[in-house]
Amino acid sequence: METEQIKIRSAVEADLDRVTEIDVKNTGLEKAVYWRDMFNRYGGRDGRFFLIAEHGGETCGFIIGEVRAWEFGSPPCGWIFAIGVDPDARLKKTGSQLFAAICQRLKDSGVDQVRTMLARDDSLNMAFFRSQGMMGGPFIQLEMPLD
Amino acid sequence: MKLQKATKCALFAVLELADNRDRQLSATDIAEKYGISANHLAKVLRDLGRAGLVESVRGAGGGYRFSGNAKRTTLYDLIQLFEDVGTTEEGREEGDMTEIGQALGRVLFEIDEIAKATLKSITIATLLKTMEWHAHRERVRQDGTAA
Repeated sequence: METEQIKIRSAVEADLDRVTEIDVKNTGLEKAVYWRDMFNRYGGRDGRFFLIAEHGGETCGFIIGEVRAWEFGSPPCGWIFAIGVDPDARLKKTGSQLFAAICQRLKDSGVDQVRTMLARDDSLNMAFFRSQGMMGGPFIQLEMPLD
Repeated sequence: MKLQKATKCALFAVLELADNRDRQLSATDIAEKYGISANHLAKVLRDLGRAGLVESVRGAGGGYRFSGNAKRTTLYDLIQLFEDVGTTEEGREEGDMTEIGQALGRVLFEIDEIAKATLKSITIATLLKTMEWHAHRERVRQDGTAA
């Protein structure tokens, strides 16, 4: 599998339509307002990263993460909480390059650990993050309905 | 989590063969390295052959070769060839249908689902990569300690 020429850069407002479109393709949910909010909160802020992958001038993927400190008792560490690659642009190492880029930025921000959280049945993304070297961590997510 | 002997033999064999794709290995070679019965392993290798994961190589030298897709075959795929993964005996014994039995069953189900999600997310290729990552992190750690 060759590595295509992918350019990684910070998101700009003009990327939001494509981010929304990629997310619709992957999840079936249209969340334009959510992605605009994410751009406002994570675009161009210290310790926060909203990165875009571009191939041939076309946005083909994105990843969002930040440094979080002392949540759940954890010392500062990087968190990746969104990733999306256009299904038509898969198998070009886009996800791997996005992941490597955000990890470097998190490392440059001074943290030495990166975390993410996934649905148990999200086999595709779970396999992806594991293929990048991530393993099960020391936290467990608990939940209950509020009724 | 404890695996049956046949399952462990299968995992050792497939991972060893996938890690050495340019070589053929005999059942004896693998059995000696992992301290398992060559006869037992031979039966397991036949089952793996039927599943399309290994193939026997005829001629001088002989042996087996990995013939599956390391990037698409998960630990779950391998394990479930030899045993049920994460199933419980819930509902099959009288006590399971009591309130306490059902409460206990929900906890065991939670454990099973986490185990299944983990095994389904680790491909043969990823498992082999973890060896490299572990070795690299050990080298970095030792270099840091030495410094």
